[in-house]
Amino acid sequence: MVGLFFAPGTGGQQPPSAYRGIMADLLRRVADQADPAAFRELYEAFGPRVKAYMMRMGADPGTAEDLAQETLLAVWNKAALYAADKGSMTTWVFTIARNLRIDRLRREVPWQELPEDRLAEASAEALPDEQLAEKERQERVRLALSELPDDQREVVVLAYIEGLSQSAIAARLGLPLGTVKSRMRIAYQKVRTALEGMQ
Amino acid sequence: MTITHHLDDATLMSFAAGSLPGTLAAVAAAHVSMCSRCRAEVAVHERMGAALLSEIAPQKLEAQLQPSAPSAGSGDVRQLQPIERMIGGQLEGVRWRWIGPGLWHRPLACTGGGALQLIKAAPGASVPDHTHGGSELTLVLRGALVDETGTYKPGDVADLDESVQHTPVADSGVGCICLIANEQPTQFRGALARLMQHWHGL
Repeated sequence: MVGLFFAPGTGGQQPPSAYRGIMADLLRRVADQADPAAFRELYEAFGPRVKAYMMRMGADPGTAEDLAQETLLAVWNKAALYAADKGSMTTWVFTIARNLRIDRLRREVPWQELPEDRLAEASAEALPDEQLAEKERQERVRLALSELPDDQREVVVLAYIEGLSQSAIAARLGLPLGTVKSRMRIAYQKVRTALEGMQ
Repeated sequence: MTITHHLDDATLMSFAAGSLPGTLAAVAAAHVSMCSRCRAEVAVHERMGAALLSEIAPQKLEAQLQPSAPSAGSGDVRQLQPIERMIGGQLEGVRWRWIGPGLWHRPLACTGGGALQLIKAAPGASVPDHTHGGSELTLVLRGALVDETGTYKPGDVADLDESVQHTPVADSGVGCICLIANEQPTQFRGALARLMQHWHGL
């Protein structure tokens, strides 16, 4: 199990979640003024983690860096469409990175870009109350994940960060497929419960 | 469209993680595009992905990125619905292939192993009895499908475990058109079904 779990903060940088409130402001400056300095900050906050994600998914360092750049360029190009009140900035970056990864590293059935309705409903300003609520939601998800027992967390990480299918996880861990599925369900229900009353 | 049969939480998780095999992801995307409940669930699963991404140990970037002015039109989002994209047009234009009494199919191109196909069944026709190698997703597009686990109407998806052996029958009044994805090539049971499978490359 060594190496499977993350060691937050080992890169000597703050995780993006540490300055989440500022992220929305930086994105606003990118959207409204095409501000290169604000974009550089976003790039430095998210780029290294997107690169690490791509490498965990099997990309070599050069390809991973290219995909990290493409992910952040999509942020640059689509900043004006981003709706801060519909989901977190980090979630948005995750979906862009995930879609690019499927497109470039797997080359299978095209993924329908799901956040479309989120983008279509973009509003001009996120209300401060909503920003607070969003911060609270993220914190609850983070906490629920940190409290998962190792066997559930392992399955979740293999699905999200190693990109393994349920069958591949079952084969890797020597478990029946049904066990993998039930661990996923239980882990999800914990996160879901943690968010109750927040949606 | 009232949808009562949804994707399993584990399927939604793999889908949101981007790790659902291609054929299953195609059917899951089609269901999610029709189902606001599952879209909301996917959004929560994506939050989990975002939280995990935030915890990942970062890799140093080699280069700085100097963006040019945002390119016009780059914010466009794709408008095509997954179903039309997969079959390359409307359902009405599908060229069906006969595979048995009251049964037609159309295999769809899909990389990543497994099988993806449209099935059309006449009223009362049963889709051949089969077990699943790995997971299977069945999405009803027209009419209705009835099996041991319930009645499936347009937009409903049967997300069944490999342990389940089921014998779906098309609604006796209107028949059924559905989209079926298998993680593994389908194994039909019975001599006739196997023969049909051999002839038609099901």
